[in-house]
Amino acid sequence: MGRVEGKVAFITGAARGQGRSHALRLAEEGADIIAIDICEAVPTNNIPPASEKDLQETVRQVEALDRRIIATKADVRDYDAVKAAVDEGVAQLGRLDIVAANAGIAGTPSRAEEIPEDHWTEMIDINLSGVWKSCKAAIPHLRASGGGSIIITSSDAGLFAYPNIAHYVSAKHGLVGLMRTLALELAPDMIRVNSIHPTTVSTDMVLNDTIYRLFRPDLDNPTKDDFAEAATAMNALPVPWVEAVDISNAVLWLASDEARYVTGVPLPVDAGAAVK
Amino acid sequence: MGRLDGKVAFITGAARGQGRSHALRMAQEGADIIGVDIAEQISTVPYAMATQEDLDETVRQVEALDRRIVARKVDVRDGEALRAAVDEGVAELGRLDIVAANAGIFSSGAAEELTEEQWGDMIEVNLSGVWRTCKVAIPHLRAAGGGSIIITSSTAGLNGFPNFAHYVSAKHGVVGLMRTLALELAPDMIRVNSVHPTSVDTDMIQNETMYELFAPDLEPQQRTREALGERFTTLNALPIPWVEAVDISNAVLFLASDEARYITGVTLPVDAGQTTK
Repeated sequence: MGRVEGKVAFITGAARGQGRSHALRLAEEGADIIAIDICEAVPTNNIPPASEKDLQETVRQVEALDRRIIATKADVRDYDAVKAAVDEGVAQLGRLDIVAANAGIAGTPSRAEEIPEDHWTEMIDINLSGVWKSCKAAIPHLRASGGGSIIITSSDAGLFAYPNIAHYVSAKHGLVGLMRTLALELAPDMIRVNSIHPTTVSTDMVLNDTIYRLFRPDLDNPTKDDFAEAATAMNALPVPWVEAVDISNAVLWLASDEARYVTGVPLPVDAGAAVK
Repeated sequence: MGRLDGKVAFITGAARGQGRSHALRMAQEGADIIGVDIAEQISTVPYAMATQEDLDETVRQVEALDRRIVARKVDVRDGEALRAAVDEGVAELGRLDIVAANAGIFSSGAAEELTEEQWGDMIEVNLSGVWRTCKVAIPHLRAAGGGSIIITSSTAGLNGFPNFAHYVSAKHGVVGLMRTLALELAPDMIRVNSVHPTSVDTDMIQNETMYELFAPDLEPQQRTREALGERFTTLNALPIPWVEAVDISNAVLFLASDEARYITGVTLPVDAGQTTK
């Protein structure tokens, strides 16, 4: 008996990385999946975008687990598109119980006073407002199911600051306010809302030259190993980063009935970075 | 395949309530258990504490799950007795991976009216007892190459409440202990986290003292479980009066398991939204 047997989960940013990992972990434990991803470049982001091929690969892997998945190319900045995707998914899969608001970008680092207007706006639109829109589209369906669990992916940067990514830090802090407000507003409907705060996760979003340079400004051409040193120094446990599945396991626990009375909680999965 | 197969867990306050629930939930997932309980009354505690029969019942229920358990009658105020119990448990069961520092008491009184004895018992059991529990367990966790310590605090470890300053102080204190241990033990891959329950439906809250504390305006005969439930519901965001012991056990299980292998230094409320409210 899976830990989320019979439930349906809506996951944003599901084409690869943490989003795909969430889809697979929840599917392994019996959930069907409604997946969206922008599958397109975001101009101010620093890495090659996920593609429709990536999203199709998520579909293939979920179906290989004998679970159903409805995947749609949709941008979390486009409320109508998000709503249409969720509505269609619920129409086909019958209900909605879980939301993993995961879609996010890392942006391009620079000092706060030098961040271009369009970089700031794009970050806030995706990493903060996109989460609000995802929740907004999902809440009526959760209510119709008699309750549910929303898991918002924030970051350690949602709990404390890092220099040179003010837009990212601001968006991720904003999510904590959104999470706490939704937890209160939705508690009467037995809809729980929590946030997860990962340290560095081993995905394309951080394992790239832009991030290596951000954390190793002392080096001309920092390598992954150079970044690993800096990343390890941020954590209390002697590890440079966690794997996507570690975040998925926290999502799974919060999504499951084992956490039926856990709401309003910012949960770090951060190798002790926040306590350090 | 259990989520704790092959692991051994040390649980204090294991005779009944949350402690027994932790023992059973972890045993269901494959762990063997070292369980201790004072199994005796403390004079400043205004409700009946667990007995040897309760501890025996925990043993029976764990063994009914085909897991092994080493149970000892031990007071967490006695470091030597704690050490002996853990050492014997590890000698018999082979290793130690998990600590659930759960033993705790409750009593009440306005801060300026608490007696030295009430204050002293509370701090000795609910704060210093947790430190002693961790102290005797850490060498064994290190020998196992890592582990997970879960300290039971309370929403009273995050917020103040009137009329039990000693409890609030002890439960805040274990957060400081948890954060310090998380840093000190991280190099050894020993994780340390705290769980913060709202009211849990056990003997520690279902008693006359608690009813009087939360419903002082009602006549004694009106202080029913239902009346108390209404009062407790107003503390939570979710529309429920209290959570069950198994809800805390499920949080302990998650933090104990390898699914939480990189979670440390975290205060985890299981509180129906009480601290958000």
